[in-house]
Amino acid sequence: MSEVETQNKRKQLYKSNTPLLMQGNEACAWGALAAGCMFFGGYPITPSTEIAEMLARYLPQIGGHFIQMEDEIASIASVIGASVAGAKSMTATSGPGFSLMQENLGYAYMAEVPCVVVNVQRGGPSTGLPTKVAQGEMMQAKWGTHGDYFPIVLVPSSVKECFDLTIRAFNLSEKFRSPVVVLSDEVLGHMREIVSLPPQDELEIITCTRPNEPPEWYRHFEITPDYLSPMASFGEGYRFHLTGLTHDEYGFPTSKQKEIVDKLEKLRLKTARHIDEIADVRLDLMDDAHIMVLAYGSTARAARQAIRIARKKRFKVGMVQPLTIWPFPDDIVGRLLEKVDLVIVPELNQGQIIGEVKRLCQRHIKIVGLNRFDGELITPAQIVDKIKEERP
Amino acid sequence: MDQMSNVTHKYLRPKKSFPNVWCPGCGIGIAMGAMIRAIDGLGLDKNQVAVVSGIGCTARIPVYLDFNTLHTTHGRPLAFATGVKLANPKMKVIVVSGDGDLLAIGGNHFIHAARRNMDITCILVNNYIYGMTGGQYSPTTPFKKLSSTGPYGMIEQSFDPAELARTAGATFVARGTVFHASQLSRLMSQAINRHGFSFVEVISNCHTQYGRLNREGSAVKMIQWQKDHAVPVSVAAKKTPEELEDKFITGVLYEQEKPGYVEEYQKIIDRFSRESTESMVRVTES
Repeated sequence: MSEVETQNKRKQLYKSNTPLLMQGNEACAWGALAAGCMFFGGYPITPSTEIAEMLARYLPQIGGHFIQMEDEIASIASVIGASVAGAKSMTATSGPGFSLMQENLGYAYMAEVPCVVVNVQRGGPSTGLPTKVAQGEMMQAKWGTHGDYFPIVLVPSSVKECFDLTIRAFNLSEKFRSPVVVLSDEVLGHMREIVSLPPQDELEIITCTRPNEPPEWYRHFEITPDYLSPMASFGEGYRFHLTGLTHDEYGFPTSKQKEIVDKLEKLRLKTARHIDEIADVRLDLMDDAHIMVLAYGSTARAARQAIRIARKKRFKVGMVQPLTIWPFPDDIVGRLLEKVDLVIVPELNQGQIIGEVKRLCQRHIKIVGLNRFDGELITPAQIVDKIKEERP
Repeated sequence: MDQMSNVTHKYLRPKKSFPNVWCPGCGIGIAMGAMIRAIDGLGLDKNQVAVVSGIGCTARIPVYLDFNTLHTTHGRPLAFATGVKLANPKMKVIVVSGDGDLLAIGGNHFIHAARRNMDITCILVNNYIYGMTGGQYSPTTPFKKLSSTGPYGMIEQSFDPAELARTAGATFVARGTVFHASQLSRLMSQAINRHGFSFVEVISNCHTQYGRLNREGSAVKMIQWQKDHAVPVSVAAKKTPEELEDKFITGVLYEQEKPGYVEEYQKIIDRFSRESTESMVRVTES
């Protein structure tokens, strides 16, 4: 199928400005299709399977490929392979599968291969609670594979955000030539909301810069002033080498100290130097707040309602919701922490992101967690009660 | 001989990565040369060839070759190659792998790529041992043979890789040796030229690890062993099982016509090329 034909088919498939009732998982799949995803390699796992089912149905209709691999290790491997050969690629999984993917994710960080991984979180560790919600992989998404690397991880909190952040994940992965993880969860994946999708031509779609020099000059990992290198794909005449070994700018293995340091610094700086562009934090009623609720994912839904209830009871409370959780928005959260004297961090785990808040806080203020890990959501009432308890 | 090396030079990366990592006398270089001559003979465009490998001595082949090369994680080259092939079905995708990489850590991917009849050529350089890590036993180490992790002799049974490929669904299975370099090149050429999953097992030597531990002598002696123990398919047909007991059969062992994965998937895409796609509204209504 030609590129034009693919575009036409995609237009036929995509209905904008019509209110549609859809699941978070479906919204991820539509986001992927809208962003130009042409390859999905996956393995069935609750509660993410609907994403695979949707793309199995629609990708061949636009000339793309879906394949169900033999396990999650193979899934992410096929996704990386497809991306190297020029297709925007993704996979979707849940906790156990995300664990299996870690080694090859490390490969993609090292070899700077763009791809998107949606992790629809369920209760862990191990098989845990396959059909129940959790936010247990906040730290795994940051530290899951070995060595130093600097991942980009997005956390949606509504069906519409599942759509938006999947597109953003593709855009960031292309721009920064890096895997981008979307941490959804069981509740978001399976809940349905009415969503009206924006027209396709209003969506911002980014594709990685292509090299314009002749192949013999091309360096696949060129260190540029902004640390972002243009990317060629297999089959375009550039014939480069990719490896998970530490490599030089051409991609050939190296053990020269300077080249090693340059490579690892590039991996750090390409996100560190663009953190303002990557960071995405939503603030609610923070202007005059003395109490901060920092919440993300499906927990943010309860928190948003909780701060409104608490405001009616005269608590000066506001909310901070990082939509980009890694790299953690240090500057924004750090500045806000200077204005408050109580922070509540509700999480569906035993306390993961609260550690980041404590790390950033220079003053001696109270930072308390509200943790639930019984497979159910935190309710607005629980958050309001926590505020009352801490500020009687 | 001069002509032969001129052919290989065209496909090597001049700037980087020589001298190679292999021990003097290693069979992997011969296998690589055979592969280059096969590709040259088929007249393939360098830009449309991808060579994918995992980890190990054999997996170092791609870095020397002037194709699209992908050196991946241990055991996973077939899974990576599957993605490459599907994203760019026009490309010839060749996987080079060792016995540990392909059959131990990558065993699952191997049988499933064969079962799917994925359009990939898989070349296994079988030297019966883990060379790079220092001589540990692999799924092909023969019974009773010594290895650094089997110092009292191998007590596990070994895989017959060609038989495994056939049973799993490969539609072309061949075996050659690094002694019979010209034949090896022809077998690889046939394999690369096919649709579906084609598999070539290359019997090679690791005199540094396997040979040293099992007192099988120098590289020359080990390659001589290949000559003495290889029996072509046509000759083997006339021999009794007793006569073939310590021998191995070389040549095209199995061939079958079956549609490859890419071709079957393309049929689905073509169907939608003709028909109009379903719209999103229909889906949510259903």
